[in-house]
Amino acid sequence: MTAVLEPEGFEAARGGLSACPACVAAPSAERIAQLSKPDHARLMLSLPAAHCAACISTVETALAAMPGVQSSRVNLTLKRVSVDADADVTADQLIRVLAGVGYEAHELDAGLLSATETDKQGRDLLMRLGVAFFSMMNVMLLSVAVWSGAEGVTRDLFHWISGAIAIPTVLFSGQPFFRSAWAGVKVGRLGMDFPISLALVLATGISIFETWNSGLHAYFDAAVMLCFFLLLGRYLDHRTRAVARSAAEELAALEVPRAMVLVDGAEVQRPISEVAVGDLVRVRPGGRMPVDGVVIDGTSEVDRSLLTGESLPVFAGPNTVVSAGEVNLTGPLTLRVTAAGKDSSLHRMADLVAVAESAKTRYTTLAERAASWYSPLVHILSFSAFGFWMWKTGGDLRFAINISAATLIITCPCALGLAVPAVVTSASGKLFRKGLLIKHGTALERLAQVDTVVFDKTGTLTMGAPEVTNLADHPRAAVEVAAALASASSHPLATALADAARAAGIHPARVEDLREVPGYGVEGIWKGQKVRLGRASWCDGDEVAMTATYLCTGEGKSRAFTFTDRLRPGAEAAIAALTAQGKSIRLISGDTKGAVAALATRLGITDWVAGALPAEKAALVRELTLQGRKVLMVGDGLNDTAALAAAHVSISPATALDAARAASDIVLLGQDMTAIGDAARIAKQTTKRIVENFGISAAYNVVAVPLALVGLATPLAAALAMSLSSITVSLNALRLK
Amino acid sequence: MEILTYLIPVSLFLGGIGLVAFIWALKTKQFEDPTGDANRILTKEWDDKPKP
Repeated sequence: MTAVLEPEGFEAARGGLSACPACVAAPSAERIAQLSKPDHARLMLSLPAAHCAACISTVETALAAMPGVQSSRVNLTLKRVSVDADADVTADQLIRVLAGVGYEAHELDAGLLSATETDKQGRDLLMRLGVAFFSMMNVMLLSVAVWSGAEGVTRDLFHWISGAIAIPTVLFSGQPFFRSAWAGVKVGRLGMDFPISLALVLATGISIFETWNSGLHAYFDAAVMLCFFLLLGRYLDHRTRAVARSAAEELAALEVPRAMVLVDGAEVQRPISEVAVGDLVRVRPGGRMPVDGVVIDGTSEVDRSLLTGESLPVFAGPNTVVSAGEVNLTGPLTLRVTAAGKDSSLHRMADLVAVAESAKTRYTTLAERAASWYSPLVHILSFSAFGFWMWKTGGDLRFAINISAATLIITCPCALGLAVPAVVTSASGKLFRKGLLIKHGTALERLAQVDTVVFDKTGTLTMGAPEVTNLADHPRAAVEVAAALASASSHPLATALADAARAAGIHPARVEDLREVPGYGVEGIWKGQKVRLGRASWCDGDEVAMTATYLCTGEGKSRAFTFTDRLRPGAEAAIAALTAQGKSIRLISGDTKGAVAALATRLGITDWVAGALPAEKAALVRELTLQGRKVLMVGDGLNDTAALAAAHVSISPATALDAARAASDIVLLGQDMTAIGDAARIAKQTTKRIVENFGISAAYNVVAVPLALVGLATPLAAALAMSLSSITVSLNALRLK
Repeated sequence: MEILTYLIPVSLFLGGIGLVAFIWALKTKQFEDPTGDANRILTKEWDDKPKP
């Protein structure tokens, strides 16, 4: 269950190859590309925004109009579209077409989506459930006649027909319980499934015996009903987990890991698993480093925020060491690979996570705790009833077995089997609609216990997208020049500056000979003078403590444009909601002191730490845990991964690196963070409802068990108790808001 | 009560039809996308002619 986002995924990843424009110039490379080209492609795209009938037709019509697309089908339940197309159609083209009609789409790795296995299990359970339902309805019809007073031969006939329907049903539909009970017995453990199986077998057995001897009571209806209600609980449970699992697989499949490898001077796209140490890899501006390596050609700046939390980009030139996961910003880089795939620093981190995760599975759920006292109690009750009546009636075996079977049936955890799955299904459905994906089965219960929330800064509370803070401090002429220079670059600081100037209604000045110097900045000629916008050292400027870019026009000192990270939407609301719920909030970041302090004051967080190393983050979380606090960690970067795994429960945004997502229990699918506040509230409610449901089924037992023990429980009473408690429990689960 | 000898098999047979239909629907993957199917019926796109 925990090993959903295994790093093995990279091995399975095998994207279609597409020929690049440069290959035409090099015939040998073209041949290489041709050889590895499949003739027909099936592409999978994730469509997170699809939600309505109109979406289906818009998407399908748009795709059908594309040349080369044979067919496409939207699956609204999974929010995916699968496209059959000619081999030369690439996912990028489809994504562009879908963006054109207003739908955000992401490529999915079809090889990673091993949906078939869980699908088969789900269908199998559903079939058993269907069979149990059919038999329950028919047996119930026959039983009504018996309950209302059929006698003699008619009753026996009805019992025989019921038996003919019920026995095969119990054998077929009860298999999941028998199998898991047997597995439990083999390792010497009595779970919830053992009393269930015992009740099924005993109820069927005693009913056959009674029918054979034309007895008054047969429990065929109870046996089948038990099967149905328990299978329903099992199916709900399976479905919640399958939805979470397929969505988690989808997140893993989002990062289709490919690299541009230089083969004989031409670029060939290859899956990461086929990149070897010593290969040359080209990384375009805006791309993420697929491997660890050393820069041998080109200069640029790299964004290390996901790995270290620094929001300021770092210069990269020949001999700079870069690691997988960093983002290349301005110029193309050629790397010599030093480690790829499993050996890269990204994956070594993922291994650490796996170790930390195994510790987490030791959490005992409410259901397990309930089962641990419930199971022995039921058996003791049933056997003592058997013993008592054997003694009382002087050895009437038939009567004693009847009583003990009735006790088992009445106490059988119909409602208990539904108590947890019904609530969890309802809660995770609610949270999924709010944009939260519950990856781990026990995550909601753990979230309910949280009293301290630790946030990471870059990429979590902020979007990792800068915005200018001091535009108004500069003379208009300077801003005009800066805007002109900035619009020539795609560096995040430059685009933010250009956007801010445009928003302020400032038109760029006429600057000629614009030239981007990757890794340094942009320069040009303004009124016959050389002007530059870029790094402080390149501009002879005095560096300020904040994220900034510098403008030098040759006259006077250089001007610094300072930036702050844009706040994630809903961050303020989420923190307010969590504070209102009485949780203490902490901020811990790897970024500089100035940047962290500014954000903390903006959000009203008093408790913050800046410049924290990954190990320090994890240590802080562990220290809080030792103090007896239950910590919720919210983070996205590789530097948070260890802390995410060490926390009691953890949340990461979908934009996080997959190592971080693998380590967290809950994934925030949308950009909005407000959902975290709701999640904490709903988690509390969920636990409350689960406990209530246990209470309800216990209350039913308190009433019904004495009746069964004194021998007053008829099949009618058993049927009533069972269906009433199951319905009450399900309705209670639906009360979740 | 002789009527029961017809009625019970008849009711079982009818129920059986329902069960077989359910299993058929399951085998032909009609439960793959419940939300999508519920929404598809609302579109007017293929009202006049079936989807090719």
